[in-house]
Amino acid sequence: MSAGEILALSAARALSAIEAGELAGGEVFNAYRERAEADREAGAAGLNCFTWVAREPAADGSAPRGASQPLGGLPLAVKDLFCTEGVPSQSGSRILQGYLPPYTATAVSRLTGAGAALLAKTNQDEFAMGSSNENSAFGAVLNPWDRERVPGGSSGGSAAAVAAGLALWALGTDTGGSIRQPAALCGIVGMKPTYGLVSRYGMIAFASSLDQAGPLTRDVTDAALLLSHMVAQDPCDATSLASPEPIRMPSAGSLAGVRLGVPDELTGEGIEAGVMEAFTGALDHAQQLGAEIERVKLPHAPHALSAYYVLAPAECSSNLARYDGVRYGLRADAQEDLLQMYTRTRHDGFGAEVKRRIMLGTYALSSGYYDAYYGRAQRVRTKIAEDFRRVFETVDFVVTPTSPTVAFKLGERTGDPLSMYYSDYCTVPMSLAGIPALSMPCGLSEGLPVGFQITGPAFSENRLLDAAHALERVLAFDGGGARV
Amino acid sequence: MIDRDEVLHVARLARLALSEDEIETMARELSAVLDHVARIGELELSDVPPTSHVVELTGALRPDVPRASLPRDLALSQAPSVGDGGFLVPSPQA
Repeated sequence: MSAGEILALSAARALSAIEAGELAGGEVFNAYRERAEADREAGAAGLNCFTWVAREPAADGSAPRGASQPLGGLPLAVKDLFCTEGVPSQSGSRILQGYLPPYTATAVSRLTGAGAALLAKTNQDEFAMGSSNENSAFGAVLNPWDRERVPGGSSGGSAAAVAAGLALWALGTDTGGSIRQPAALCGIVGMKPTYGLVSRYGMIAFASSLDQAGPLTRDVTDAALLLSHMVAQDPCDATSLASPEPIRMPSAGSLAGVRLGVPDELTGEGIEAGVMEAFTGALDHAQQLGAEIERVKLPHAPHALSAYYVLAPAECSSNLARYDGVRYGLRADAQEDLLQMYTRTRHDGFGAEVKRRIMLGTYALSSGYYDAYYGRAQRVRTKIAEDFRRVFETVDFVVTPTSPTVAFKLGERTGDPLSMYYSDYCTVPMSLAGIPALSMPCGLSEGLPVGFQITGPAFSENRLLDAAHALERVLAFDGGGARV
Repeated sequence: MIDRDEVLHVARLARLALSEDEIETMARELSAVLDHVARIGELELSDVPPTSHVVELTGALRPDVPRASLPRDLALSQAPSVGDGGFLVPSPQA
């Protein structure tokens, strides 16, 4: 197979070719390694998707053809914040520059254990805090559809790399939309599983009650394939859960009898006209496939962003207390006394957005403010989860646009934190409720991809993937505009 | 509205040094975000239980089997400063 033919394959198709003895996983690895390395070497002239790329090509000449392991040696790109033993894991932060973890995150070791090969670590917003990938200590990632625009964030490097064909597929994490929003802005599939389905062990923590790992892929089948090898209860993560059933490969071609709820609160004011047009176009397709469309109410969804920007910074301020210049990472030169070493190290090591969230969270948890902010936000979280539970008594899934806008210009929102936070308006409610949600491309607006979000009850991954698979076939989105 | 003194108080709690520029920016930006999130104060929530965790879990247990811990040299290998087999830090009361 030529490199061009290899790069045209989805992971599932590459795996079929490997199983048929027509291709070796090492050949796929090497085809992508060259492209990823070229992007890394190009620096600012490339997309800046990667913070590390594997140095050694796979020995494809000697590797046996045919899969001895389920993932057959296929290359995997991994968001920087997953710990990978002996490989830099810096979470996009100066405070962790050069950090080499002594162990590997469970989500990654399960995939490499199933035969995936670590291709690269991907650029991200610092500690996963951001919606544009402009908050990285390693520079912004560019959107492959338009290099003057952001790829979304925080898993921006993973999304841009998959969209541009610099990676076959990638791991990301989603706290308030950090898989789904960049997937939408780059025109690929991204899925946040039910909270607890994938172990968080070895993921550099942002907000522990929300963080969840998931796949960023070219299509729905690849998302199911990657996720199927990630799920497992892990003794190293007490909040991980056993999946009630294995993740299956989706096969549905119809939506007959499937009830889709369209919430008024997430499809009205504030959603760009071109985004709504592509979204309603996708609803028409769903209807033609047999789906029933209903309007539903999520009365507390408009308060989700407010609750999220109390809860996530509160958890962040606690989690990021560990960066003190003692055990790993950066230590500032100022060393007159211990306290000054801590405060200077954190001043020098953290970027502006991370400092803002640490301050916000510390304030919300401080004496006299706890009940007004954190306590109330936790109660709003209860109401949001109740809203979804009630809606899922009458519909199978709730569907919304993934992002209120298409990819915005670099620098457009960096001066206004609230306008940046608003990017997560449609994705945060599902994060607070801990339910699975998938974004898939449903068309273009002004030449830029629009994401269609489908969310279902906890542990509905298989049904959700089936519905997305059926819809994907009729939407027939062409991602060719992003290939480099 | 968050003023300069409050910013400095919170920064002390967070063990974060801020430059003069950062103090001003922080006061303005934190105020804007807090004004926005304060809208949840409008909701009637007195009878609503708080959610700290979305999944119903009881304490997960694993078999209590002894195993090797992280070797000391590996644990120290990423530290900015080490001495006598431990992490070296400046004196707390220099």
